[in-house]
Amino acid sequence: MMTRILPLLLLLVFCCLSVRCLQNQSDQQHHKRAFPVISIHYEAVRTPFEVALWILLASLMKLGFHLIPRLSSVVPESCLLIAVGLLLGGLIRVIGENPPVLDSQLFFFCLLPPIILDAGYFLPIRPFTENAGTILTFAVVGTLWNSFFVGAGLYGVCRLEGGGLASVDLLSCLLFGSIVSAVDPVAVLAVFEEIHINELLHILVFGESLLNDAVTVVLYHLFEEFAHVGEVTPGDVFLGVLCFFVVALGGVMVGAVYGVLAAFTSRFTAHSRVIEPLFVFLYSYMAYLSAEVFHLSGIMALIACGVLMRPYVEANISHKSYTTIKYFLKMWSSVSETLIFIFLGVSTVAGPHVWNWTFVSITIVLCLVSRVLGVVGLTYIINKYRMVKLSGKDQFIVAYGGLRGAIAFSLVFLLSSDDFAMKNMFLTAIITVIFFTVFVQGMTIRPLVDLLAVKKKKQSKTSIIEEIHTQFMEHLLAGIEGVCGHYGHRHWREKMNRFNKRYVKRCLIGGERSQEPQLISFYNKMELKQAMMLLESNSSASLNTAGHTTTTIEQSSRRTLNISKEREEEIRKILRANLQKTRQRLRSYSRHTLMPDPAEDDWSETHLRKQRVEIQRRMSLFLTGPAHRQESPPMRRARFESDNQEHVTRPSVPLNVTPVSSVLQDSVTIDNESEKSDESRWRRHGGDEKQEGERGIRGRKPSVTFALDLDEQKRSRCLSDLGPNQLNEDDEESFLSH
Amino acid sequence: MGSRASSLLREEDIEEIKKETGFSHSQITRLYSRFHSLDKGENGALSREDFQRIPELAINPLGDRIINAFFPEGEDQVNFRGFMKTLARFRPVEDNEKNKGPPSGEPLNSRMNKLLFAFRLYDLDRDDKISRDELLQVLRMMVGVNISDEQLGSIADRTIQEADTNGDMCISFTEFTKVLEKVDVEQKMSIRFLH
Repeated sequence: MMTRILPLLLLLVFCCLSVRCLQNQSDQQHHKRAFPVISIHYEAVRTPFEVALWILLASLMKLGFHLIPRLSSVVPESCLLIAVGLLLGGLIRVIGENPPVLDSQLFFFCLLPPIILDAGYFLPIRPFTENAGTILTFAVVGTLWNSFFVGAGLYGVCRLEGGGLASVDLLSCLLFGSIVSAVDPVAVLAVFEEIHINELLHILVFGESLLNDAVTVVLYHLFEEFAHVGEVTPGDVFLGVLCFFVVALGGVMVGAVYGVLAAFTSRFTAHSRVIEPLFVFLYSYMAYLSAEVFHLSGIMALIACGVLMRPYVEANISHKSYTTIKYFLKMWSSVSETLIFIFLGVSTVAGPHVWNWTFVSITIVLCLVSRVLGVVGLTYIINKYRMVKLSGKDQFIVAYGGLRGAIAFSLVFLLSSDDFAMKNMFLTAIITVIFFTVFVQGMTIRPLVDLLAVKKKKQSKTSIIEEIHTQFMEHLLAGIEGVCGHYGHRHWREKMNRFNKRYVKRCLIGGERSQEPQLISFYNKMELKQAMMLLESNSSASLNTAGHTTTTIEQSSRRTLNISKEREEEIRKILRANLQKTRQRLRSYSRHTLMPDPAEDDWSETHLRKQRVEIQRRMSLFLTGPAHRQESPPMRRARFESDNQEHVTRPSVPLNVTPVSSVLQDSVTIDNESEKSDESRWRRHGGDEKQEGERGIRGRKPSVTFALDLDEQKRSRCLSDLGPNQLNEDDEESFLSH
Repeated sequence: MGSRASSLLREEDIEEIKKETGFSHSQITRLYSRFHSLDKGENGALSREDFQRIPELAINPLGDRIINAFFPEGEDQVNFRGFMKTLARFRPVEDNEKNKGPPSGEPLNSRMNKLLFAFRLYDLDRDDKISRDELLQVLRMMVGVNISDEQLGSIADRTIQEADTNGDMCISFTEFTKVLEKVDVEQKMSIRFLH
């Protein structure tokens, strides 16, 4: 372990030293000399260079942790990062420089938004809305209770102690209480991500940490204003309450407006797919900044924007843009989180500290006590209104998971020293609380979760029958509620869904997707995921065929501009049917329907190879357009029949002989090549399946005449993504060689 | 009207229903007044037309099936007891009930009975299997008219593929429960009947 840490340490020392040397270098260029061939101009590059260096260091640290096997499973990453920050700060101080403190401006405008946007965009909506009442109660009432309890308690202690603490007045205590009692989303995310706790608890704690921002903002500004002015009237208190509603609802509305704008914009991006992700990021960031202009809750604006725009944007953008958005958000939020924790460590070394044993220890005790009391008390009241009650274990995890983090630190840092003489003492106290919660609570929560046998997150993915049945139950329950005359939240949800379907979707989703029911989109997404998985599992062996198929794809891609809608649809259907068949094939040997075949392995190997080719071709078409494909079992059986080489012409019956049929011909010829040797085996299987095939052929007629109403829009959407040919080629090659 | 309604319901009836369904006294009286307000014919039983008058059921995609679920096999009228029995399935599962074993058969709102109720809504011909056609009908009701038969057919095939373990191309009740074991049926199929 030491041998691994040593190079990292050396790297750190080297970086710090080089920074120092480069700064000194700039002082030495005053005397006249010959024309400098090589000169160093560090000052010009300084800021971007340092920023990039910090980010690089943070990312290297993240890599480094996973090289040390045992450590990352015991200690959560956030603790390690703070430790590294402390180390870095110490090193910088040893060198003689002043370590940089976490600049609040930087924190609130650059580091925090990506994390919140990531959280808001991928917020699981159903659990959130089902538990919205509980979450709001914890966020609002719980935070208020915590603030006043801690503030009053501290004031009482300060009065009793006297001495250095006597100058701390009630307002300062209340302000400090409000800052220290807010559960921090960054810390909660960092710790809870690693313990894989069940969905309900996760959404409770996490939702609380997001929504309590409104309360914190109001209390913070309220007390700051009061401290500045110096006196409080009852009118001010009333205005404070009013302010809370304005802040919370105003933030949500600002976010909603920007979300709707983003969804509307994404409707028209069919021709410039490349900048689609940019709209999502920009609109969200603007929502955050706009909310901050009016001192509204920026976090709530960001969450509202992400939640609102997601379903519409996802229906409009291409699959590649969706992947881009997902990975960019994850990347930025990960980097931000790392940087925040490292800076927290560095700032600890940097900041002026005033250590007061009483104040700090009382703060920690009060925080813990108030959190436990608040959670227990609120749960007692909430359980009367919940269907699934929160058990004692749940309450414990909710109470224990209330971690404090960098938001509290930055808020204290923003306080002006004139109004608050004890700012440094507050800073020290808050850093201690943060360290305590992150280190002690963060490290022990994982063994405690195992010890108490709290339910963990269910690992499996949703199957389509679960989705069908969930929707079924929603309709059923809404109907039963109607029978009882009871207007529960399902009634309102159904109403909103109807409103959404009738008016909103029509505005915000372009083209035909606006009519698509939720079940169909879900199904298409599943199909796409399955296709990707199959491709990835086969792609390692497919490098040989990659060269051949790339050229075919290129040729066909240039020619596809000429095909008509029906032909396109036919090709897709046939390719799709192939894919469906693969899945069936791979599972079929566990059923009792097919006769056992001793040569099954060889047959499936060549067949898999053929399927791979098909899948690759299908993927190239898939990725260039939104995924909403339909299956057709009659086509599937007909395709199987076609493998028996009876009718190379049958797939092309509805097609005239055009360049496009060469795509099909290619696929069929590849079939033939690989299948010639296995003809006998095919025939045997063909015998069993013949009746099915015939039924399939008869059943094929309706499927041929049925043609999806392909819109111009849909076609243009898929064609436009072919884009400049270069882009396409690069994509295909990189994709296939992946 | 409230007092008149409750006077038609005798104490012994209330006690019996309480024992059978587990509802509390106040819940039963509330639901009785609702029953009475739905019963336009004033004959102490509800017919299909009475249900169809409820606006929420008219726009619900599963409206007809829900109405049918209230009426026992082959009958056209449902009295208050039958009404309560059906509604009892949607009572939230109490914690103390979860732990104690079945005293005389399972309570009406247990997880299995909830799932059985849902299963019966899919399975119209009561052969204890959900066939592909029955599934298609349900999908068609939920999805609307814009989607083609082929699309729905492939979804139905996929669904059966996922759930079917014994290869008979139908979903039996055990397969149904197995697939839904991860879904939180206790919460999703419960209504909070206010006290």
